[in-house]
Amino acid sequence: MANAYTPGLKVSENTIITKERRLPLMGDVLVKKGGRVKHSDIVAKTELPGNVELVNVVNKLSIDPKEIKDFMLLKEGDRVKKGESIAQSSSFFGIFTTPCPSPCDGTIESISSATGQVVLRQNPTPVEVLSFIDGIVDEIIPKEGIVVKSTGAYIQGIFGVGGETVGELQMVATSPSTVLDEGMINDSYAGKIIVGGSLITASAIKKAQSCKVKGIIAGGIDDETLKNFLGYDLGVAITGNENKGITLVVTEGFGNINMAGKTFELLKQNNGKRTSINGATQIRAGVIRPEIIIPKENLTETDISNPPEANLMMDVGCTVRIIRVPHFGAIATVTALPPEPFEIETGAKVRVVEVKIDQTGEKFTLPRANVELIEK
Amino acid sequence: MHIPKEKITSILATDCGSTTTKAILIEKVDGVFRLVKRGEAPTTVEAPIEDVTQGVLNAITELEELCHRKFLDNGTIIKPKKNEKQGVDIYISTSSAGGGLQMMVAGVVKSMTGESAQRAALGAGAIVMDVIATNDGRLPHEEIERIRHLRPDMILLAGGIDGGTTEHVAKLAELIAAADPKPRLGISYQLPIVYAGNNKAAGLVEERLGKKTALDITDNLRPTLETENLMPARHKIQALFLHHVMQQAPGYNKLMKMTDVDIMPTPGAVGDIMQVIAKQKGMQVVGADIGGATTDVFSVFQGIYNKTVSANYGMSYSISNVFVDAGLDNIMRWVPFTMDERDLRNRIKNKMIRPTTIPYLLKELIVEQAVAREALRLSFDQHKALAVGLKGVQKERTIGDALTQEDSGESLVNLMRLNMLIGSGGVLSHAPRRQQTAMMLMDSFLPEGITQLTVDSIFMMPQLGVLAKVHPEAALQVFEKDCLIYLGTCIAPVGAGKEGKPCVNVKMKKQNGHEIDIDVPFGQLHIIGLPVGETAEVTVTPVRGFDMGEGSGAAVRGTVHGGTTGVIVDTRGRRPFELPKDNAKRVEKLLEWIKAMDLYPKYPKFE
Repeated sequence: MANAYTPGLKVSENTIITKERRLPLMGDVLVKKGGRVKHSDIVAKTELPGNVELVNVVNKLSIDPKEIKDFMLLKEGDRVKKGESIAQSSSFFGIFTTPCPSPCDGTIESISSATGQVVLRQNPTPVEVLSFIDGIVDEIIPKEGIVVKSTGAYIQGIFGVGGETVGELQMVATSPSTVLDEGMINDSYAGKIIVGGSLITASAIKKAQSCKVKGIIAGGIDDETLKNFLGYDLGVAITGNENKGITLVVTEGFGNINMAGKTFELLKQNNGKRTSINGATQIRAGVIRPEIIIPKENLTETDISNPPEANLMMDVGCTVRIIRVPHFGAIATVTALPPEPFEIETGAKVRVVEVKIDQTGEKFTLPRANVELIEK
Repeated sequence: MHIPKEKITSILATDCGSTTTKAILIEKVDGVFRLVKRGEAPTTVEAPIEDVTQGVLNAITELEELCHRKFLDNGTIIKPKKNEKQGVDIYISTSSAGGGLQMMVAGVVKSMTGESAQRAALGAGAIVMDVIATNDGRLPHEEIERIRHLRPDMILLAGGIDGGTTEHVAKLAELIAAADPKPRLGISYQLPIVYAGNNKAAGLVEERLGKKTALDITDNLRPTLETENLMPARHKIQALFLHHVMQQAPGYNKLMKMTDVDIMPTPGAVGDIMQVIAKQKGMQVVGADIGGATTDVFSVFQGIYNKTVSANYGMSYSISNVFVDAGLDNIMRWVPFTMDERDLRNRIKNKMIRPTTIPYLLKELIVEQAVAREALRLSFDQHKALAVGLKGVQKERTIGDALTQEDSGESLVNLMRLNMLIGSGGVLSHAPRRQQTAMMLMDSFLPEGITQLTVDSIFMMPQLGVLAKVHPEAALQVFEKDCLIYLGTCIAPVGAGKEGKPCVNVKMKKQNGHEIDIDVPFGQLHIIGLPVGETAEVTVTPVRGFDMGEGSGAAVRGTVHGGTTGVIVDTRGRRPFELPKDNAKRVEKLLEWIKAMDLYPKYPKFE
């Protein structure tokens, strides 16, 4: 086999960036195709239905479910205030009345003469979708959202925590091997996205939170640090909804792993630029990886017109990242792709790749499954 | 299908797993269907591809290279077979990629219609995310919040017997309507809901859910207290899965057009083939398929089939969850060397975030196999808990049985009666040595008495399951000849004893007349060589205090089957099975067993 399909993480200096911005429910799209949007622009909005409260009216009024409509003071669709009677029964020729008050503000959604329950829907919560990146509206998805296009630097992380945030990129690490510690973070980084090297320490995260840093990018994080940060042991990698006030993006993996040189250099080149990051990760159905997006300033229409094709085929000469021990995290060049299976230390016969580690020049034979292409 | 069954000679089958897409080629050779080759490629549901068919084409491309033949023409499968070098007659596929089918079920009483609904969904190949019931101890708003939060692919609503009271079912329908759940994939279509409850309540359910959801009404899965009728609901679920849910998953629309018959959910296909085996051989069978995201356990006892899907136990996507649920100590008890906890935690998380990597170093393999033991143990525990009470399809029970269902609660799984244990899934099928597979199965399931151990050779049961629908003869022929690997037979007396004290005597007479008479003391693994295809007659006599199924100290006679490992006499104890508490002693015992089983290429002092 001369080459092999090998998915990898994208690290690109200049690429077309396409972001779908969708509402969780149908709603209104507020921008037009071809229009320019800023990262903070609201592009679509809707209202999330409020929570529901079930009120067992028949129990409260001691009536039969079939009679419920005779005792209701309000009908389906009517608005109601907390404490207001939604139904009422009376006895002794109307002298005594038993009211059934509403437990919340909202709307009467349904009245059931089978169960005697009334469903009250609380007031809706407005939801707005921001553009997240500066760009041009490339497509309108009717009632759902838009596709915004831009060009610029794009880096996929391997794992992240926290949702979307935008801030100025601030290099803090001096090399890909710098361990980001609390002493390196100060109040001047408030509102910024800071870049570490090989590891984010627990104390660095705490300090960054207290300094109101918006995000941290680094090569690695210890699982123990993550557990303490989240407050629980992460079983399945579905993240993005943590409400921690800070977003983390890890580019290489768990442990102390030097950030890939290319990634580090690319971030360094963009020091000071407005950067959009998203820690949301879903390593399951429809995999989502965290992202670092640095859109080009002064974007023109022609910048977004010719998307380059992604090359996912590993071939001799390709740059790969080794993604499992031994040599985990090392960047290497493919020197051969032997077609026949090869016996590795475990005794398993697997398809392998021969690589030369860029930094040391050492050559190794590794399972193909244990390298990933660094996409350009 | 565009070709009559009798004319089929060449079959291409794929299974799109959550991590890997596997392609196999089956062909008729000298009148018998045999496996020819197997290829695989990473599953492509991740950006930038997000099209499952790309992974399928990549796996087929690898198959082309391995077979030196051509199956694809510009991304299209060449059908029918043109000549010895080009094309296949049919193409079929199973899939669990995209997280499989994720369902919520609802029933009136949790242990009755709730449990029946759960079995119907599991039997259709679904992962059950939650069971909502009127007596589940949650307040209505908590249940509504849960339904909204989970965003299932589909909901199965059951409850009540035909003609019975309608109020509880109507309440459940109101609950679901109030939650107004949105499907996980795609917001522009309505969530499919299957109603399989009291027929008298169908109108009420229709009134409450008809407009808000894609409601489908089918026969009650519990028409009377003493009958369970799961098949109509299962068929409805599978049909909706194909024509509703999978349409939303990346690339499935294309894949569905490529296949000659409907795509089956992987667990459904594996379950089908397991039932065929149990029926054909008249055996009590337990099977386990350990994947990247989920572990499915199947059992057939007394002709009753049960299946469970442990949604968050697996070897890649869910590996970290196994670690969280099993705990560090339970995983490390199988590892004959110490590891820094920080390092181990990081390694497990790295496997989770890069699920397609494989262990290169021996120590890493040992740790992964330790995790597999725990994933299988936890999944088997879940299976035993659900395989209770009223079981199976349309099984008749008396009213008295039905009323005592909650109290009986005894698992149908009886390890002493178990005849065959079947392993499947990457970590078992691809273990570098078959002895490792046998050992993982023994450690996780702790078989008792005499149990045959087998493994799916290259993890092809899913494809054979779907093939059985189209061409049962081909599926069975390949299953017999190429799929099952006979690992050997485990002889394990039940009881506890002291290290080195007498435990069991085994007298064995092989087909060639050779006789073996051996005493195996407590705490050991002893192998008696017996090759694949051979059988031997055994008399196993445990000492007093140990049971082989006939009572304490009573001898049992039987036939044992050979295999790649042979006959394994396991006197490590059952009920309880315990590893030494002292660390040095534990490591010493593990190394002793590793050596006895010839598990690894070397017996290093791991420190």
